[in-house]
Amino acid sequence: MKELLKPTFWKVVFVIILCIGIYSTIYRFVNGLGAASAMNDYFPWGLWIGFDLLCGVGLAAGGFIICATVYVFNIKRFKPIIKPTVLTAFLGYLLVIVALLIDLGRPYRIWHAIIMWNPRSVMFEVAWCVMLYTTVLFLEFSPTILERFKMHKTAKVIKSFTIPIVIVGVILSTLHQSSLGSLYLIVPEKLHPFWYSPLLPFFFFISSIGAGLAMVIFESFLSSRAFKKEIEMDLLADLGKVMVVVLALYLVLKIIDFNFRHVWGYFFMPGHEKYYAFFELIIGVILPMVMLFFEKVRNSKKLLFLNALFVLFGFISNRLDVSIIGMEHYSGITYIPSFMEVSITLMIVSVGFAIFALAVKYLNVFEHDTVRLDKV
Amino acid sequence: MSKSILFDSTLCIGCGACRDACKERNGLPPGEEKELNYNAVNVVKDYTINGDTVFVRKFCMHCNDPSCVSVCPVGAFEKTSIGAVTYNKDKCMGCRYCMIACPFQIPRYEWFNAFPVVKKCDMCYDRITSGKLTACVEACPTGASVFGDRDELIKVAHEKMASSDKKMYLYGEKEVGGTATLILTDIEPAKLGFPSNLPNEPLPMLTWNILSKIPSFVLFGGTLLSGIWWITSRRKEVEEFEKNNKK
Repeated sequence: MKELLKPTFWKVVFVIILCIGIYSTIYRFVNGLGAASAMNDYFPWGLWIGFDLLCGVGLAAGGFIICATVYVFNIKRFKPIIKPTVLTAFLGYLLVIVALLIDLGRPYRIWHAIIMWNPRSVMFEVAWCVMLYTTVLFLEFSPTILERFKMHKTAKVIKSFTIPIVIVGVILSTLHQSSLGSLYLIVPEKLHPFWYSPLLPFFFFISSIGAGLAMVIFESFLSSRAFKKEIEMDLLADLGKVMVVVLALYLVLKIIDFNFRHVWGYFFMPGHEKYYAFFELIIGVILPMVMLFFEKVRNSKKLLFLNALFVLFGFISNRLDVSIIGMEHYSGITYIPSFMEVSITLMIVSVGFAIFALAVKYLNVFEHDTVRLDKV
Repeated sequence: MSKSILFDSTLCIGCGACRDACKERNGLPPGEEKELNYNAVNVVKDYTINGDTVFVRKFCMHCNDPSCVSVCPVGAFEKTSIGAVTYNKDKCMGCRYCMIACPFQIPRYEWFNAFPVVKKCDMCYDRITSGKLTACVEACPTGASVFGDRDELIKVAHEKMASSDKKMYLYGEKEVGGTATLILTDIEPAKLGFPSNLPNEPLPMLTWNILSKIPSFVLFGGTLLSGIWWITSRRKEVEEFEKNNKK
């Protein structure tokens, strides 16, 4: 406990961010959403939906991808990265729910979605999937917690259900990752043609896989630096290879979509949207796809990390483009998040990092036993 | 029978009687707002077109297949059989998807309230179900706003359009599958702030096309994944068995 309280640079930064974030949160609940945020009647969804929800859920996609790889496709050598990935995903979803509780006008009614059904609503489906999938992630991660408290029997019972739990998790993830795109299907007249497409659910699903994989690489690198552990370079290089395929698929679908809907012309029309669409595709998709195609890049720690960052940049810009940039023209106003909105988002992200660090410290997240077993 | 409000901009003198009556009925503070907000669910806007002032009302269009009803995760909105789209503030959890989805940008939010609700016109649901007129129609001194059966009012509008020497537009007859609020004008609706890029099909179909496939997807996906697991784990077993035999 003493060690935890010893101040370091990052701990001081964390405490400052936390204090400002808590202040903003209190201010938001006392004075209302309009007082704390830049949202208004013309722009009802801002940074919290665009970043905290849309990006948060997508970046946590690594959980279902790695689980499917290891348990459904039986590619067991990826097992060493399963625990940190599932933990990242679980924390990601918990924080998405926290963000949602801050964004909802009346968060204490969040349970209404459980009893007041509207199956025609995409939001209803997303609510159920997020709720169920967070439970699935908890079950997937729970053996690590249970074993810490020497409850091996309970852990064993949960572990015996691994396969059905993983399959349910993959289906739920596929559904709500794509449904976050479906949310915008109902606004063909509002969302800019660069981003509105009948294929939105497919784009959201494929890009979530790219982002999920990039996040696994990103998180492995940060962990290796922070916790002084070896990096599983061979595994991550393979993920890089898969990423090439995913990015290529995304790009091909995007080209087909742009051709079919005659979108290319918008690149030569006035409006600032074209720059966002351009950079999103060049830096976030084409550049990493071409770079990662080369084995040398995939096997270099630094370059692999850099390209993962490109993919994450592309993914985050895409979600912000759909939810904010692409919706601005129709709304007729420019939305710039307020200081309080940004401070709350920062608080949520840093709480995520802090809990991850604590979990690594007190739970057996990077287990080396499995690695040894697999090598036999 | 589905009811409607027909608003004829050529008869409107911009007196604001409908706005004031609406505020009184909804218990909202008096004011002369030109834009909808949480204190004004019906406003009279003025546009200057070719030197003439045109007055036009803005309030809920009461779509036949409303986006708000379809998107609300808790079913707080309802398209009633009488035609009004109503909102239940006790169900609403404040996700504001209705505001994103509404093609006419109608729902407004209490941004500065710690316990906010959505505000929009409910076509005076309590009044019309007891046989009365809506407050706005009752207050209108010129007959610019009239209340009645939707089919009847569309007929009335078409007769007016046929007998007028100017080109007239009936907004809401076909847009997004038709709306209960009908706007009759001699100015292009796009110039009066009505979206001109809406399809004639109801928008909720766009999301329902995807949502309706979920049950099949779950069954198909579950079977596929279980099948893949069955094959790959069997392969692993065989591999291990052969390895042990070699030893």
